[in-house]
Amino acid sequence: MIKSKIRKYHAPVWDEPLVMDLSAPGRRGAFAPELEEKIAKATSEPSALIPASLARKTPPSLPELSEFEVQRHYLHLSQQTLGMMGISLFGTCTMKYNPRINERLVYQPFVAEMHPHQDPETMQGLLEIVYRFDEILRSLSGLDKFVFQAGGGADAAYTMATITRAYHASRGELAQRNEIITTTQAHPCNPATAAAAGFKIITLPLEEDGYPSVEALKAVVSERTAALMVNNPDDIGIYNPHIKEWVKVVREAGGLCFYDHANFNGVMTRIRAADIGFDACMYMLHKTFGGLKGGGGPAVGAFGCNEKLIPFLPGPTVEKNSDGSFYLKKEGANSVGRVREFFGNVPVVIRAYSWTRAMGIDGLRDAANISVLANNYMEKRLLQIPGVTKALPELTQRRLEMTRYSLGELTAETGVNCIDVQNRMTDYGVDAFWLSHEPWFIPEPFTPEAGELWSIEDLDYWIDVLELVCNEARSNPEMVRTAPHNQVVAKQGSINLNEPENWATTYRAYKRKYKK
Amino acid sequence: MSQVDPQLPTPHPFMANSAPGSYKELLRVAEVKEIEEVFEQIPKDHLFKGEWSVPSALKSEAALYKHLTGMLKKNISAENYISFLGAGCWQHYVPSICDEMVTRTEFATPVWGTPSSDHGRNQVWFEFSSQLGELVDMDFVGLPLYSYGTAAGHALRMASRINGRKKVLIPASLDPERAKVIYNYAGFSELEGHLEIIAVNFDPATGRVDLKDLESKLDNTVSAIYFENPNYLGIFESDAAKICALAHSVGAEAVVGVDPISLGIIAPPPEYGADIVVGTTQPLGVHMNAGGGVGGFIATRDEEKYAREYPTLQVSLTDTLVPGEMAFGLTLFEQSSYGSREHGKDWTGNSVYLWAVANATYMSLMGPEGFKEVGNSIIQRARYAADQIATIKGLKITWRDGFFKEFVVNFDGTRKSVSQINKKLLDKKIFGGKDLSEDFPALGQSALFCVTEVHSVEEIDSLVKALSEVCA
Ligand SMILES: Cc1ncc(COP(=O)(O)O)c(C=O)c1O
Repeated sequence: MIKSKIRKYHAPVWDEPLVMDLSAPGRRGAFAPELEEKIAKATSEPSALIPASLARKTPPSLPELSEFEVQRHYLHLSQQTLGMMGISLFGTCTMKYNPRINERLVYQPFVAEMHPHQDPETMQGLLEIVYRFDEILRSLSGLDKFVFQAGGGADAAYTMATITRAYHASRGELAQRNEIITTTQAHPCNPATAAAAGFKIITLPLEEDGYPSVEALKAVVSERTAALMVNNPDDIGIYNPHIKEWVKVVREAGGLCFYDHANFNGVMTRIRAADIGFDACMYMLHKTFGGLKGGGGPAVGAFGCNEKLIPFLPGPTVEKNSDGSFYLKKEGANSVGRVREFFGNVPVVIRAYSWTRAMGIDGLRDAANISVLANNYMEKRLLQIPGVTKALPELTQRRLEMTRYSLGELTAETGVNCIDVQNRMTDYGVDAFWLSHEPWFIPEPFTPEAGELWSIEDLDYWIDVLELVCNEARSNPEMVRTAPHNQVVAKQGSINLNEPENWATTYRAYKRKYKK
Repeated sequence: MSQVDPQLPTPHPFMANSAPGSYKELLRVAEVKEIEEVFEQIPKDHLFKGEWSVPSALKSEAALYKHLTGMLKKNISAENYISFLGAGCWQHYVPSICDEMVTRTEFATPVWGTPSSDHGRNQVWFEFSSQLGELVDMDFVGLPLYSYGTAAGHALRMASRINGRKKVLIPASLDPERAKVIYNYAGFSELEGHLEIIAVNFDPATGRVDLKDLESKLDNTVSAIYFENPNYLGIFESDAAKICALAHSVGAEAVVGVDPISLGIIAPPPEYGADIVVGTTQPLGVHMNAGGGVGGFIATRDEEKYAREYPTLQVSLTDTLVPGEMAFGLTLFEQSSYGSREHGKDWTGNSVYLWAVANATYMSLMGPEGFKEVGNSIIQRARYAADQIATIKGLKITWRDGFFKEFVVNFDGTRKSVSQINKKLLDKKIFGGKDLSEDFPALGQSALFCVTEVHSVEEIDSLVKALSEVCA
């Protein structure tokens, strides 16, 4: 039953041309500082300073616009991006409020204009925040050290894969230990990064309890096992209660255990990676800890580990002197070196520290409670919508911060699929839901995540819009299949973008292929 | 005092449902009496019972602001002092509009929508790739990568997948930060997909790749030659065409790293034979952020051979159901790790996509003339600085010619270490150049100084004065 008053909504449509097509010869958007006479007099012309073989002959054909035109163009494009202007319950991404205070702080020179090679004496404030945040994550995980070099969750998984390599190599066992075990419910970045690091991948399928059995795990664990990489809960909302046993099995066989804690929001302040037995874990600062999404970063996968793995961490790490000051410690001989340049994505760490301080330990607990409760609230209402079913419905225990649903019944009845529904929901100002990682194991999946940000009215609105669209799918399936109708642009056409004659990732390729 | 219900959360500005009425309504509809019920899946012995050492909340923004600025004000930035640090993270001017765009909530906070609801942002991404394509003269450009070093690492792995060879040549002059990333990406010989990395010496007389050494290490087992223009030590590889030709002579790929801010005046790499171009995006409108501003890219010719090896996501122009309407869609998604897990091309994930907004804005603002001017301004200022430093007794500019914005200053004649000199410069409110003495012992006590368009003649002169005082 629809509870909310459905708003009249239409996305801003500026019909904004490509910036290249806005160009007018001779317009200027910015100047470089003019050369002072003293320098000009003392120095040869630039042409004499550039090796002749390397001088640019044809200027790049970049657009020529006035400063205001550039500003207005990108402002229009920002307005043509829905995101958090409406409601976004994109599952697995924990859509949070990103406190504006953080933007106010990190664009000031005391963050923005700092250089990573500065004398640590001049970076004490930064280093202190990084160190304090490391301490907070140590407390939340029970692990012994966190680093912030990885530029996202996948990069933290990659960090684990390379630490696994270095750890087994240091023991002379790497040639033998070349397998990493994961599950179908692990995020694709776990098998992908492990494979990129050179490991063979063993992927355990789901069983009827919603996770692979201990027996299935035991059957693949051996002296070849290098590591286990899993998340728990998964994004169906299922928590594997045998995870301690899993970790024990793998560790006894000599493998390392990595906890992809991207789905931390529902379990924070209840469980700690180290207590379960994990050697290492990863937290998403751009998700769970209030950092920006930025449409895909700048991000940080905070990587933490126990004492055993500290020698393998990428460097440099932020450490505290006995006098209370902070320094950057070079990595040791066994370190994996770098997964990315410099000691971390500092502004993201500052945002995460700031968010965590604003929440406090009680706030973290409240946030976990609210997000799991809100998911259960949504589930009650969503399952009343005809056509919506829950993944693994026979598992009746309460799901954690996410539940995976299926629109399979609706699709069978109407031909309208989950992508169509997603598109139509944007006509009401509700942005995309998350479907499912590969592989899908139920038809037409969708996975909203309520989190602690959204009000009960927002959640109701989201549910009501879904219900409305399901009704529309029955009354006017063609309209839903051709949605959106109130968006910036219509549904993508039928051009197959995987064909070389069709794809165009740049303007010059587009001109060549389409404007012959 | 009213009784506080221990079951209820404390109202918090970031959580609407922390208000008692909302929370109780959630409980009621979800049919939950006690919050622990919703955690029933977690076995009791998994629950943590100890004390947290996480501080309590600073709920007022004013208090939080005071706490954070109290620490941050201890920092001394490149705006407080004059900085001559570069080495992989560079101080360039960031136009106000770049900051305006990346702080717009519409761009800063979303994650992923539909092609229609993300249209604005997708267009920015397309304009990022398109404008970068113009700068580097390539017509296939992916979405950004974590950094310059990771872009180079992925590009070398692409090259190896293309030709099936397992050996890459890199310059010994490479930035240790980037080199460590590349070594990390090359893997271990015990495992599959390992790349053998061979460092090619640089000519001590020029700072450039030693062609003889390169030729001696080159054979038809080499997958790729990687070099940078300008290189880490600041010097242009003026033999770039020769190096690329050598790579092609054995069927190897020429992978070239660039600083895009130089490309208004410097030839784009394909002009001298590059097959894969990588580089940094940080100079294009992104603050240094203590290293958090880094970003990278990969660009190639629009050929299937390359396109089908990209690890990144990329947006393509496409059509919609409405005739004549333009939209953007993902291309080659299936080969990404999202589409193919361990069978994908390396991996991708959240990256530095917001910086692509700054980069696109920067390139549109600068235009062809702006890039030319900024390139000229940098190269002349850097030259002026080097020439002035060369007049100081005991100091030598290791390579006097052919550099862009960075140059090596040798202090051996002063009998002082770079670290001593930098400490003294700090007393004079100057961040001296990056100390090279540990990473490049053959260069003696040397430092890499960086001068860009932001350095005024007065600032350069004050560096020269300070150096002559501390070296005396
Ligand atoms: C469980 C899980 N692990 C890892 C990742 C990868 O994180 P990132 O996109 O930051 O690389 C995600 C992303 O959604 C995730 O949900």
